Amino acid sequence: MNAHTRRPQGGHMDRSQVLHFSLEGKPLVGFKGDTLASALLANGIRLIGRSFKYHRPRGFLAAGVEEPNGLFTLGSGGRTTPNVVGTTVALYDGLIAHRQNAWPSVEWDWMAINSLLAPLLSAGFYYKTFMGPCKGSWMFYEPFIRRAAGLGRARHIKDPDRYDTRHAHTDVAVIGAGPAGLAAALQAGRRGARVTLIEQDSLLGGCLLSESSPALTEWRQQVMAELASLPRVKILTHTTALGLYDGHTLALVERRDASAADPTRGQAREVVITLRTRALILATGAIERPLVFGNNDLPGVMLHSAVHTYSERFALNLGSRILCATNNNSVYASACALAQHGAEVIIADSRPHIDQALMESARAVQIRVLTDAQLISAQGRRHVRAATLAVAGQSRPTTLPCDLLTLSGGWNPTVHLSSHTGIAPVYRAAVDAFVPGRYASGHYGAGAIHGCYALPEVIREGATAGQDAAMQAGYPQPVDVIAIPAVSTVPYAFELPRTAYPRTRQKAFVDFQTDVTTQDLTIAHEEGFVSVEHLKRYTTLGMGTDQGKTSNVNGIQHMAALRDVPIPSAGTTTFRPPYTPVSIGALAGRRVGQHFRPIRRSPLHDWHATHGGVFTEAGPWLRVWYYQWAGSSVESAYLEEMRVVRQGVGLSDVSSLGKIDIQGPDAAEFLNRVYVNGFAKLPIGKARYGVMLNDDGTVLDDGTTARFSDTQYFMTTTTAQAVEVMSRLEFLTQQVWPELAVNVTSLSDQWAGLCIAGPKARAVLQNAFPTLDSSDAAIPYMGAREASLGEVPLRLLRLSFSGELAYELYVPSEYGQALWEHLLVAGAHLGIQPYGLEALASLRIEKGHVAGLELDHRNTLDDLGLGKMASRDKAYIGRALSQRPGLKAMDRWSLVGLRLTTTGSPLRGGAVLFAKDEPLTGHGRGYITSVTWSTELNQYIALALYQGGLRHEGEEIVCAYPLKNEYTRATIVSPVFIDPSGARLHV
Amino acid sequence: MLRIPCPHCGLRDYTEFQYGGDASKIRPVHTEECLAPWHDHVFLFDNPKGVHREYWQHRLGCRQWLIIDRHTATNVIEPTTRDPTNSDLMNSDLMNTGRQP
Ligand SMILES: [Zn+2]
Repeated sequence: MNAHTRRPQGGHMDRSQVLHFSLEGKPLVGFKGDTLASALLANGIRLIGRSFKYHRPRGFLAAGVEEPNGLFTLGSGGRTTPNVVGTTVALYDGLIAHRQNAWPSVEWDWMAINSLLAPLLSAGFYYKTFMGPCKGSWMFYEPFIRRAAGLGRARHIKDPDRYDTRHAHTDVAVIGAGPAGLAAALQAGRRGARVTLIEQDSLLGGCLLSESSPALTEWRQQVMAELASLPRVKILTHTTALGLYDGHTLALVERRDASAADPTRGQAREVVITLRTRALILATGAIERPLVFGNNDLPGVMLHSAVHTYSERFALNLGSRILCATNNNSVYASACALAQHGAEVIIADSRPHIDQALMESARAVQIRVLTDAQLISAQGRRHVRAATLAVAGQSRPTTLPCDLLTLSGGWNPTVHLSSHTGIAPVYRAAVDAFVPGRYASGHYGAGAIHGCYALPEVIREGATAGQDAAMQAGYPQPVDVIAIPAVSTVPYAFELPRTAYPRTRQKAFVDFQTDVTTQDLTIAHEEGFVSVEHLKRYTTLGMGTDQGKTSNVNGIQHMAALRDVPIPSAGTTTFRPPYTPVSIGALAGRRVGQHFRPIRRSPLHDWHATHGGVFTEAGPWLRVWYYQWAGSSVESAYLEEMRVVRQGVGLSDVSSLGKIDIQGPDAAEFLNRVYVNGFAKLPIGKARYGVMLNDDGTVLDDGTTARFSDTQYFMTTTTAQAVEVMSRLEFLTQQVWPELAVNVTSLSDQWAGLCIAGPKARAVLQNAFPTLDSSDAAIPYMGAREASLGEVPLRLLRLSFSGELAYELYVPSEYGQALWEHLLVAGAHLGIQPYGLEALASLRIEKGHVAGLELDHRNTLDDLGLGKMASRDKAYIGRALSQRPGLKAMDRWSLVGLRLTTTGSPLRGGAVLFAKDEPLTGHGRGYITSVTWSTELNQYIALALYQGGLRHEGEEIVCAYPLKNEYTRATIVSPVFIDPSGARLHV
Repeated sequence: MLRIPCPHCGLRDYTEFQYGGDASKIRPVHTEECLAPWHDHVFLFDNPKGVHREYWQHRLGCRQWLIIDRHTATNVIEPTTRDPTNSDLMNSDLMNTGRQP
């Protein structure tokens, strides 16, 4: 550790805890309480990166979240995180850091040659040069540009760390734990409110951490002690408020250092917290504004407040000859502190007249004050060694040697969160700053966020905000107002920037991170960019990962000067979440891999998994695709399963179907209004196939509904539409026909569904339920029975999706597996086997039953060949709009069957259909929706939607699948490929 | 985040709800056979910047369909005014306090 840099005493580090870390593999040490930035500076490392475009050497400008230059890649392997701001990283043992954007090294960077190309890299350079006139030029140049101009790189290795999500509630959220936030939290806490105090830093105190005044130090300690004693006050450090949203909701990210979170013990490295609050207090402070002059990006040129923080909080002497350039009062007290630590300090104040008391305080510690002094440029190669100023009364510029140049161009209140709510910041001339336009209802602000900088006043504002917010949140009991420390301050005063920046041949940076200079802004102005939003995009001002925290206001001021308009007329920019960059891992939380979205499983899932079931995703469902008894791949297995159903008997799990209980005296009337076909006269003990339409006349869903008593019905829906149909029925009963005495209840999760299908299905049923009369007379086609398996109620419907004799059986979910196993035993001697989704789908294609692939919410009943079902004698939902001329046109895409006529390539789902002799261009006349190999017909068959539908029956058409360069021919046939008379259903 | 006061469940995140469309218009009677009223009802909507009356279903809660007056620019929700099946609940105190867990 460089003894010349770090003083032997002082600061907020814990010097008893020495931490080891590395930069580019070089071992270094720091203390607990250091940031990566303060530890590097303590080790004498000043050069921390190369700039984005020109690869100029850069050092730290700041000490907090506003840092534009100090970006590092942290960690290694899957734990690598690029673009981490070094000033915000709490140092931990074992930290691995690398500097970015330099090759082969930051000290000797080949890409610095970009500096010589600087005239080419000005505003709009990329647009003008690579976007035209020659098409494709961007494609050619892009990889080179991306390599030369860039930030850190993400890795393609899986991140082993764990990230989490938390939901939280509070009465009063306080964002920022500086003097205003501490006062607000304590005042609200005294009222008994649940308070959540959110601080991005590792320590509470904000600017108080850089104060050496005993009164303030003591005040901070007392407030922290009382906060800790209040059980309803929750303090979140290392936690950033990323965004403020409607409904008093905050998105926070809590960052734990990589060494403290062990994923193998379930500990998360970062947690995104959604905090809902009744009231919130913005005590987000302000960020110092740099000055703009030539070479203002040299290492050793820093924000004055940052130098003060490094000096007081981290006990670092960063310079021995310090030049402080300012246009306001805020630097004097801290400059005196720097002088007291032994530095030779000169203040260059751009104002001609300065408060006498300030002048005297500076002189008392041998600080020389130059008035009416304007910085022109800084000199030095890798570090500042002198600065040139224009001083009033001197005919030529003065050059002063210095090894640290500090800047204070005033303050930018941190208005980001208030801006997230859609309230634009407004320029307040009295403090030369943008402040929140107003506070939304239930929001309060305190301190520097609206330009209040004098400490006793800041604390008083905080206490008032805490009082008001607690009241708003329902805690009206008055309590003692917290103590206000007795400190004297000089009122904040400043000079507005001069009309334009001093002319210099050197680059004067406005945005350090994206390398935007005054020259770029001037070019944009000359090319006619007047809107700040356009200016940003053209020059990339404020478009870096720091979102222009140090650059936006300077850019707006420069633009206003060029246009010769006041600052409010030049506009402001919109801030959007996140306030600081957030890792994708934190946003994803646990929603990765299998947990990306919820998975629905059948109650029989475990049986399938242990009996050779191979699963596939069907919407949110995991369903059995095929069983391994039938083959080792789906291509062979589903054919075997189909054969079993067509020739013997198969058993399948249809639990994913929607199941809805409909009860009430008006249930029949209700169903009669919902379905296009008549349901009023459905007898008890019978089921009926039904179709329902959307209001606009297109088909919503199909399914069957069975009647079990005068007032009780049992509806099934398709798997795909189960959720929507249920919601629709609830809408109709609650909002449209509240006068109907009917209730609907979802049974989808409560009942398991099984299907026995095949010519031997009845024999299985007889064996399984010896006491049940399952003859054709007792349970005819479309018959519905209630039965029982022991004590367990059972519903039995004789209906068929596959075209064979088939029964659907429903039992409470917890008995699904018992019934399944019972049926397998009962059918063992008949060769019963389970079959999966692929076979189920293929069986229905042979039979021409439409399913989700055909039902795309655009087809009409006629399109699907169901037109005859619609009743002419009653009203039903969607009836009026189904009569629209466009839906009755003859050339609509309608359901047809296709038989492959050529050999070689198979039919493919999604193939585009064309008439035989027309050119194969455009969108064609339809497409194939479902394809299967037919075991009955021994050829590929398909269902398709084709323009004009079955009016083209018998025609040969072309099926184009250009992705595989396949062009096959098929003949249009009836979609019912097998058993068109339905003889197999009535055995 | 938009938060919706459900008269049955209290103030809840909008992610528990499903938007159900414009509730400001009166649906034609079921037996209406003319195209025009259905066309207007199904296809023609205002897109106001201001208070919009809309349906929301509390799908991950009580499953009730609510009618809510939401300001489209501020997301501020006015107390619910109309629910043919639950008029008594709609006017209860829960509405005003936005019960929180
Ligand atoms: Zn509810």
